[in-house]
Amino acid sequence: MAKIQVALKVNGKTVEALVEPRTLLVHFLREQLNLTGTHVGCDTSHCGACTVDLNGKSVKSCTLFAVQANGADLLTIEGMASADGTLHLLQEAFREMHGLQCGFCTPGMILRAHRLLQENGHPSEEEIRLGISGNLCRCTGYQNIVRAIQYAVAKRDGVPFQEAAE
Amino acid sequence: MIPGAFAYHRPASIDEAVRLLASLGDEARPLAGGHSLIPMMKLRLATPEHLVDLAAISDLKGIRQESKEIVIGAMTTQHEVIASELIASQLPILREAALVIADPQVRYMGTVGGNVANGDPGNDLPAVMMCLDASYQVLGRNGARRISARRFYRGAYFTALEPSEILAAVRIPLPPKGHGAAYEKLKRKVGDYATAAAAVVLTLNGGKVAACSIGLTNVADTPLWAEEAGSILVGSSLDGATVKKAIAAAEAITSPAADRRGPAAYRTKMAGVMLSRALTRARARAN
Repeated sequence: MAKIQVALKVNGKTVEALVEPRTLLVHFLREQLNLTGTHVGCDTSHCGACTVDLNGKSVKSCTLFAVQANGADLLTIEGMASADGTLHLLQEAFREMHGLQCGFCTPGMILRAHRLLQENGHPSEEEIRLGISGNLCRCTGYQNIVRAIQYAVAKRDGVPFQEAAE
Repeated sequence: MIPGAFAYHRPASIDEAVRLLASLGDEARPLAGGHSLIPMMKLRLATPEHLVDLAAISDLKGIRQESKEIVIGAMTTQHEVIASELIASQLPILREAALVIADPQVRYMGTVGGNVANGDPGNDLPAVMMCLDASYQVLGRNGARRISARRFYRGAYFTALEPSEILAAVRIPLPPKGHGAAYEKLKRKVGDYATAAAAVVLTLNGGKVAACSIGLTNVADTPLWAEEAGSILVGSSLDGATVKKAIAAAEAITSPAADRRGPAAYRTKMAGVMLSRALTRARARAN
């Protein structure tokens, strides 16, 4: 099949490329752009490891063709830290609160948490859990991921992080 | 998993999309949110030669009120339904049902049109549309027509839609003021299709049921409108004996498959349990 020319913004930079229509967005990111921070987990749109931010929406990049992202504004885990290497608040929070063990789900978790906090600046614990319900983690039992997102909210607001009473 | 090769088309108007689908023939499929179609293509259960992406057609998007109907463009996403104030105030059952579809990421992409039109009996919105007596505005090369949701579903993945037709919008008559509604879904985990689910819309008059409509999800080859169960309840005060009769009538029209969600008999019983819970909540919300 004829390849199609696409142009999109990835982490603030304009990217132009030729893609086969059947190329999935996650393969385009990993194999054509060498942005391997976005992971392929289940490959069946369940696990959320491939989550990226597309035009302000969290999407599973294994269930989207790269051509569908033509003209889009895309954010991946590589675009979260500052150019000088300073971690994004959520990255720092995941490190501080031990929100990861093996780290495989972490890029998707962080991108999803980022969009969640854009839409709801002060989510309750339940809203956080529902908000990340499309992202599976097989290590942490989610406790420390939820804590990390709460930590990021507190840090952003400049208030001390307080764990909810058991 | 890599899908088979296909040619990609991105029409800018409904007319162009209809023309493309008509000229490309049987091997062309419309692409909405893609969260049913793309997984099928990755498994090579679907191998269309052409995909006609409807994403650039602005006429297919948006939620608006037209006199006594709510009109939802087919490409409106489930996320947009959940965020809509008009839906929250006029059709809260639709918001409640959209919230239990899949997970947040899927709902950003998944569309109302795709959910109601692809004919998957596991989808949540079709039974709600049957319950609400919605109609589907369809466009094809022979012009426009409207199909009642209650007559749309013929079998699993088999609907009244002709191959070159696309669904343009869903039109939902406003339920009466003071109606109570609920959608109850039993599922094993977030992201799962229903083991069984029930939609109820009812109105009360002096403590008695004045009207009642019931839809059931994923307990047959198609979504079900439980017409008899609803009419049994009309005139009653939702007393235990009448509710029991209505639940039996609803269970009688189910024919679920036995799968990993449970044996057929269990899923039929769960349809009854979901209906019972939905009736209780709909009544509490009616005034």
